[in-house]
Amino acid sequence: MASKKDFVKFDKVDKSYDGKILVVKDLQLDIAEGEFITMLGPSGSGKTTCLMMLAGFETPTNGEIYLDGNAISSIPPHKRGIGMVFQNYALFPHMTVYENLAFPLRVRKIPKDEADKKIDKALSMVSLQGFAARMPGQLSGGQQQRVAVARSLVFDPQLVLMDEPLGALDKNLRESMQYEIKHIHESIGVTVVYVTHDQSEALTMSNRIAVFNDGKVQQLSSPDELYEKPVNSFVAEFIGENNTFAGEVSDISDGRCKVKLANAEILANPISVKGKGEKTTVSLRPERALINPSDKMDNIHNGKIEEVIYHGDHTRVRINLLGNPEFILKIPNSSSNLDIKLGNEIKIGWNSDDARALDPK
Amino acid sequence: MSSENKQILTTDGIPLEVSLKKAEKKNKVKAFLLVAPLLLFIIITYVFPIGDMLMRSVDDKMVTEMLPKTYKSMETWDGKELPPEEVFEAFYFDFQRLIEEEREGKLSTQLNYTKNGFKSIIKKLRRKSKSFEEGNYKEQIMAVHKRWADVEYWRAIKRRAPAYTYQKYLKGMDMYENEKGEIVNVAEDRRVHRILWLRTLEIAFFVTVFCFLMAYPIAHLLATLPMKYSNLLMICVLLPFWTSLLVRTASWMILLQQQGIVNDFFVMIGLVSDDNRIEMMFNKTGSYVAMTQILLPFMVLPLYSVMKTISPSLMRAGKSLGGTPFIAFWKVYFPLTIPGIGAGCLLVFILAIGYYITPALVGGASGTLISNQIAFHMKSTLDWSFASAMGLMLLSGVLVIYWLYNKLVGIDNIKLG
Repeated sequence: MASKKDFVKFDKVDKSYDGKILVVKDLQLDIAEGEFITMLGPSGSGKTTCLMMLAGFETPTNGEIYLDGNAISSIPPHKRGIGMVFQNYALFPHMTVYENLAFPLRVRKIPKDEADKKIDKALSMVSLQGFAARMPGQLSGGQQQRVAVARSLVFDPQLVLMDEPLGALDKNLRESMQYEIKHIHESIGVTVVYVTHDQSEALTMSNRIAVFNDGKVQQLSSPDELYEKPVNSFVAEFIGENNTFAGEVSDISDGRCKVKLANAEILANPISVKGKGEKTTVSLRPERALINPSDKMDNIHNGKIEEVIYHGDHTRVRINLLGNPEFILKIPNSSSNLDIKLGNEIKIGWNSDDARALDPK
Repeated sequence: MSSENKQILTTDGIPLEVSLKKAEKKNKVKAFLLVAPLLLFIIITYVFPIGDMLMRSVDDKMVTEMLPKTYKSMETWDGKELPPEEVFEAFYFDFQRLIEEEREGKLSTQLNYTKNGFKSIIKKLRRKSKSFEEGNYKEQIMAVHKRWADVEYWRAIKRRAPAYTYQKYLKGMDMYENEKGEIVNVAEDRRVHRILWLRTLEIAFFVTVFCFLMAYPIAHLLATLPMKYSNLLMICVLLPFWTSLLVRTASWMILLQQQGIVNDFFVMIGLVSDDNRIEMMFNKTGSYVAMTQILLPFMVLPLYSVMKTISPSLMRAGKSLGGTPFIAFWKVYFPLTIPGIGAGCLLVFILAIGYYITPALVGGASGTLISNQIAFHMKSTLDWSFASAMGLMLLSGVLVIYWLYNKLVGIDNIKLG
């Protein structure tokens, strides 16, 4: 599809509520048409504010937002034609499911038979045919959620915003809804901007993820890149599990650097360090470290097992390694790892490529 | 199915249902004992007085008891012509006994309610009857005054024979039963009560409308403002609540009188000339203004409690789905506030319909309500049975409104807070 690269464009957007603190700082973000983009970040990081500015419920203090090439800051929410799914669904409790879905069509003066077709289509999209006459109060949380999604899509908007829509659901339902929303997105090709603080949700659903912290986008990339190649220690820490070593760069040459820890030295991949003597935090994903490594690995160290937690499909092992007592290792429960016992000394190895030397915390 | 009919037994062999009842009985007794004082209180202070009021409004035993012999002898009288001698005789003896007990004054008051002109002829009869001779009382009584020879007056006495009467209710609607027993309207220039009933309904209705119009924005503001401002506003709403009703009414008198602050201000800005000040008190305007202000909190509070529960994201959803702010308000927000509107309107209307002190003070002649008339009969004319009758009419009016409301909106749709 001939998609625009900057269907939605945040151009140098600042937002402050009280004139003292910027909750969004100099935001620069392009969202392509048909993309599923997630704004991920801890609470208070400015992600919801961004969404509200896009929806029109907040105005940017500075800068401009463009939708399909048009500046929209001065357009009121009801003229933007953006679908939105709210945190607590915001279904109209005094209207039936049918009336809820008919609302956006009625205000657009769409004839009834055409509206009925659209409503049927939207309801079948979320597999809720036959629920049209129910009141929202008679539906379960998951069903209400589907109605909210259907309502945001029924008037064929080009852009749909979702503000932590799955926050109130239980874990299993949340996971199945994630796939459902993802499939709906894939089937109708609408642009989705999704806000969440749940990283697994973001990783599951998105084409790209914008990690927010402190009013800024820390990293904007695809889920795998975000996980495998975090550009700073906040992202590394926020997405997935992370083992860290704080130290100082002692040598750096052709894509390798040596990092001096308190009582050892490790090899790492220099991402945000440039020269000798810089402080750094080395980040290593738990699954990238192996026990009983082959000799090819360029980092091999001994550690002591401090804790073993059984997790069904894998076992989490906490090891005191190189002065870090919180080093986590994930061992699949397939092989016979009989020597994983509390207090045992084991050998752990990893490739220096996977150990990313990032900014110090 | 057989298992459905099978009785389930506890381990001791007692049927489960019996065992359950036994176990719950103690709790039921406990619960009843806890509410018993309140129940007793309500019965003593509410059910009995209203029952008493009902009795009083239809009670007409007084005359019946004062003239027992007369009514007995009147049983055979058809009322077409003057009653026979035995009626006069019986009346004479009843009357003599009343004189001994010094109750003939009450009789004259009571009979005068039924027909004007009894007062003077009873007085005269009392004077003359001292010198009555035995026998032929008909002649002697008729000689006292020509009205005693008028069959109308004897019919009037007979009309008071039943121990219960609905006359007071007719009077409350400006009607009465004439000599022929027909229910007719009183003369046009004496119809005071109907005007009062209509005025009461009118004032209560408009006060409710004004309260609603003023309270809705206030309640909305209260529900949406940040906590620190809304608390202050809430205090402003409640402050009049904590001030004595009399003080508030008196302050309206200061504001609204012809030499009052509001008129002074109008004169100052040149809206009215000094010798042409607006009359805002001792008329309907006074009642409207003061009652609206006093009843406003009763509208604000239910509305506020309902609005507080409406999530702001609903309005946002309405707007994001393409509704203009007005449509989002009208289709989404407003319908959700209906339970509060219902509660507030019902509360204000019912309170307004029975309002007494404020209209008495600022209403003047054209701004008083039916309750002022009730109070007048309680305090001045001492016609308690008439006051009771009007009180009951007011009460049943309120019940009718309640019933209508239930039919139209549904009482379970109400939310008081």
